[in-house]
Amino acid sequence: MRLSPSFNRSLWVFHFNSGSCNGCDIEIVAALTPRYDPERFGIKLVGSPRHADVLLVTGPVVHDMADRLRRVYAQMPNPKVVMCIGSCGQSGGVFYDSYNLDGPVGDVIPVDIYVPGCAPRPEAIIDGVVKAIVLLESLEEKQ
Amino acid sequence: MASKPTYNIPIGPIHPALKEPILFTFDIQGEVIKGVDFAPGKTHRGIEWMGMRRNPVQIAHLCDRICGICGVSHTLAFSRAIEQIAEIEVPERAHYVRSIIAEFERIQSHLLWAGVAAHELGFDTLFHLAWRVREEAMDVIEYLTGNRVNYGIVQVGGVRRDFTDDQFPRIYQALETYEGLVGKLVTLFLEDTTIKLRCMNCGVLSERDALELCTVGPTARASGLAIDVRADAPYAAYGDIDVKPILPDVYADAIKGDVYDRIVVRLFEVVDSVRIIRDLMDQMPTGPVLWETKYAKILATCKKAEGEAIGRVEAPRGECFHYVRMNRSETPEAWKVKASTYSNQMSWLKILMGEQIADIPIIVASIDPCMSCTDRVSVIRDGRQGVMTGDDLHHLSVEKTRRMQE
Repeated sequence: MRLSPSFNRSLWVFHFNSGSCNGCDIEIVAALTPRYDPERFGIKLVGSPRHADVLLVTGPVVHDMADRLRRVYAQMPNPKVVMCIGSCGQSGGVFYDSYNLDGPVGDVIPVDIYVPGCAPRPEAIIDGVVKAIVLLESLEEKQ
Repeated sequence: MASKPTYNIPIGPIHPALKEPILFTFDIQGEVIKGVDFAPGKTHRGIEWMGMRRNPVQIAHLCDRICGICGVSHTLAFSRAIEQIAEIEVPERAHYVRSIIAEFERIQSHLLWAGVAAHELGFDTLFHLAWRVREEAMDVIEYLTGNRVNYGIVQVGGVRRDFTDDQFPRIYQALETYEGLVGKLVTLFLEDTTIKLRCMNCGVLSERDALELCTVGPTARASGLAIDVRADAPYAAYGDIDVKPILPDVYADAIKGDVYDRIVVRLFEVVDSVRIIRDLMDQMPTGPVLWETKYAKILATCKKAEGEAIGRVEAPRGECFHYVRMNRSETPEAWKVKASTYSNQMSWLKILMGEQIADIPIIVASIDPCMSCTDRVSVIRDGRQGVMTGDDLHHLSVEKTRRMQE
């Protein structure tokens, strides 16, 4: 990780709720607000996947949202990193036996970084984003 | 003058103005909304179906995850229903612990909403300020329950953790912080010119409409209906203290039922919650916090239970209603959840009509929608092209049968 010279691009994240309980979603927003303040590093939520470097997916991917998740993923420019926030996106979590799940997230789109927890703390989400920066740097070098 | 043609704008399910997936379809003429339709069901996880395959102790954790913002309300409503059926006597102190956590949840939820509302107006400074203030409530919740979200403190027969005496100073410290902040919050939210311009006379829901559409919680109270489950049918420890529904006339002169009134109600409910927590802490009795510490005995009691009951709780967004029927088996025979947004969402059709496109985000947000609470049943309308055809339905039905056979 060579943060100082190559922090040439600020990381923009897009948040996708695929049917989560809101727990992870409010923790993502909490991670962006003044207590942790990652905006000083240029990390911020954007309104369109076409502007985003990182896709934050929460929730176990219910049937209605699976196709939309694929389309949002396809709209993001390369290089891109997908982060799966929360236990239900990794294994289904408490919703493991539901009839309406197309997930977990890894079955629908390729996931690079998993942040476990139900819900993960903001610190854990920020740790995941730092790992995403490292990954993006290596992806850029390959290109 | 020939009437202008209307055009169609879909918003959602993924849209920056929406925090949760839901699909709106607007008929627009010029800038004015002429028709509104919405399709919820985008976060339907089949929680009731899963619950009917689990035992009550497990369902308590599932309830926490119906909604990450009002987790305590759902678990409390479900536990109350089960406790009534199985005739479990909850210890006095557990009622107080439940109520205090529920009030802290109301504080964090209303501040969260206030921040989101400011964000929807494009007032991001206020959004960040509200969320920074909210962290104080989150810290106390974490200190008391061990978790920031999905607290897992309420269980059938009581609460999982007790407050210790050395935790009390931290709670009082948080209450003092909020008491000191009230004036500032009121100035920032209610005296700001931008907020007044955007929110006054916007998204008006009359008292009659609020009643006819069966709205609940702050949405109903902002239109002048004095309903609050805490006052109307006291549960937990609310019977021991004085709770009155907060109406917008605590601040404004007249009740208009607009977005501004909804902000007033929520802000003054935060103030009231601080007062309620103080009252509860002053009266808190000593004693155990669990009816039975052994899970095996709780499960055995639930297994023997027969009958049906409802649990009603005033969640931050309004009445949260759980219906449970037990029939001498490990799992409930029936479980129905009616969250507050389910009651409130129909008011969208009324309050969005005739407003401008730019006001859609704040009006949609003004009833504090929580789709993950609401999406218990997928809404499927037959005969509407593009929504779901007969073949699709048939296909789904066959698929479900196969899955259930496995």
